[in-house]
Amino acid sequence: MSKTNGSYEKSIVVDGLTKKFVGFTAVDGISFDVRRGEIFGFLGPNGSGKSTTIRMLCGILEPSGGNASVLGIDVAAHPEEIKQRIGYMSQKFSLYDDLTVIENLDFYGGIYGLKNDHLAGRKDFVLEMAGLKGREHELAANLSTGWKQRLALGCAIIHEPEMVFLDEPTGGVDPVSRRNFWEMLYHMAETGTTLFVTTHYMDEAEHCHRLGFIYQGKMIALGTPDQLKQQHMRGEVIEIAIDTSQEALRAVVGAPGVDEAYFYGATIHAKVGSVKRDMPAVGKHLKSLGFKGFSVQSVQPSLEDVFVNLIQDTR
Amino acid sequence: MKRILMLAKKEIIQLLRDKRMLPLVFVAPLLQLILFGYVVQTEVKHIGVVLADNDRTAESRIITEKFTNTGYFEIEQRVNGESQITKYIRSGQATLGLIIPKGYQSSIKNGRTAELMLVLDGSDANIGLQAQQYAAGIIAARSQEIMNHKLNSIKAITSRISTVESRVRVWYNPDLKSVNFMVSGLIGMILTVITTILTSVAIVKERERGTLEQLIVTPIKRWELILGKILPFVVISFIEVGLIISTGMLWFGVPFKGNILLLLALCVAFLFTTVGQGLLVSTVSRTQHQAQMTAWFFMMPAVMFSGFIFPIENMPKIIQLVTYLVPLRYFLVIVRGIFLKGVGMEALWDQALILTLLGILIFGVSVFRFQKRFAD
Repeated sequence: MSKTNGSYEKSIVVDGLTKKFVGFTAVDGISFDVRRGEIFGFLGPNGSGKSTTIRMLCGILEPSGGNASVLGIDVAAHPEEIKQRIGYMSQKFSLYDDLTVIENLDFYGGIYGLKNDHLAGRKDFVLEMAGLKGREHELAANLSTGWKQRLALGCAIIHEPEMVFLDEPTGGVDPVSRRNFWEMLYHMAETGTTLFVTTHYMDEAEHCHRLGFIYQGKMIALGTPDQLKQQHMRGEVIEIAIDTSQEALRAVVGAPGVDEAYFYGATIHAKVGSVKRDMPAVGKHLKSLGFKGFSVQSVQPSLEDVFVNLIQDTR
Repeated sequence: MKRILMLAKKEIIQLLRDKRMLPLVFVAPLLQLILFGYVVQTEVKHIGVVLADNDRTAESRIITEKFTNTGYFEIEQRVNGESQITKYIRSGQATLGLIIPKGYQSSIKNGRTAELMLVLDGSDANIGLQAQQYAAGIIAARSQEIMNHKLNSIKAITSRISTVESRVRVWYNPDLKSVNFMVSGLIGMILTVITTILTSVAIVKERERGTLEQLIVTPIKRWELILGKILPFVVISFIEVGLIISTGMLWFGVPFKGNILLLLALCVAFLFTTVGQGLLVSTVSRTQHQAQMTAWFFMMPAVMFSGFIFPIENMPKIIQLVTYLVPLRYFLVIVRGIFLKGVGMEALWDQALILTLLGILIFGVSVFRFQKRFAD
């Protein structure tokens, strides 16, 4: 066996990883790596191949081609060895609703083969970290979504995995709980755990050390959030604070120099070749159509701008 | 091993907390047993008779009494003429129309063959058939009596005439009580229902909630997962077998003649087939609802073809062939054999062998399918 326990350099190394299902290719030759102790954000629209990739990396799904190793272990050759050393948490918060908090932890701890003393210590740590002290004997069903989410994370890391996969862990959770949850993730990363996170929230993506963007099974962008903004944004972005009606959007799209425009919160973002050249023209155009009381300013492109742009380019 | 016990323990806690499932698992089988014990009476009694006695003689009264004395028949209505018989049979007030023609007695007296006319409602084939058999028996007995009577009167030659008479002794279930038959059969049926449904639902529930996916990413082996899920239900099944047997014996007074250990051992062989079915159902169902429906779809024909209610001998040849594939068929022979006849392996080895082979086959196929479908 070619185990390289503790001696691996990168937590994940993926090279040309491919998964074909009958009739379509879900993951099409992607390559990337994830460093130890890094929070890696894995982004992409629904159905783009995110979950399929995670399943291959967790050793559940056999790749059709390419290589992938997790913690130095080849996923295709030794999927069972990986399982003891990784944690996995899905969007569904896979808890047993009819078991109590402590029973859930006991169960997963037992499945991972933790011995009594060790398990007791880990349970204590998880309860503390998740703020579930005093709720040990509540049924999981009766916890609010935020608590459930933290308990699910606790169950996924009860065995102190070196690497944790989180598949949309913050779906349907309120902003305060999301914030708390990310603080837990930061804490874990600081203590050396590598985290692989998928999310649809761009503010969460900004929190990641590095990002990979997958679209239609292909990795179309890879880098730190800042790198992505610089490398994958052709042109610049102006923000128009205006009533966000379809009419206004059509007007912006029709303005000279605007490549594309889309709603961005309570404003409209427009991609232009050059702010200096095009911004005054856009203002003028809107005035001429009778729009009043709006303002136009140049903004730093956000990740959302980058991704809208990336997808437009791919199409 | 520890993982299997963890899973089994979790499964038991979940079942004990499930306020809807728990009574279904333990109370429903007993209720079923009691209901079946009382309701399913395959012997038919108190068959309604509409009588048209057109003869009104001593002989016609004798034959009428013979009908009512058996307890199988009850005169619902006496009518004049055959035309009215139709009315009572059509309305369901009577199942049998008995018409005694004018001249019935004089035919007997004069040594001619007397005729009785029977009209039977065959819409319930079971009752109709039994009524016909009872009536034929009663009439044959009366005919024999008349003959003996005549022969007695010509004593001289009786010594030369011999007749054959059947003296029937019923073994194993001497009173032909259907409850004895039913209780033993119910063990098979309840085991089928409980294990098939519980196993499939318990697995599909995990898939629905996403916990199955969570388990797959843990180091648990697939065989550990399967065993851990199944073990609690096998234990529960044995508790139920005990409940049914003791209720059958204490409540219905069903005698238990055989070796209980042999019965339990063969239960294990049978459980392989039903738990295997449950696993198989879980591989084709996405929701608990689907699992239940699919399980019923599997079980209904199994129960029908097993000989639990309808004798296999009465089925068309093609269907009889199909019944060889139904594990319950063999198990029923085994249970009834051990329970009512007290026989051992020397009489049941062939049934036990086929049952075991079916168990290995069904369980093997379902585990294989379960493994393949595991990741979806």
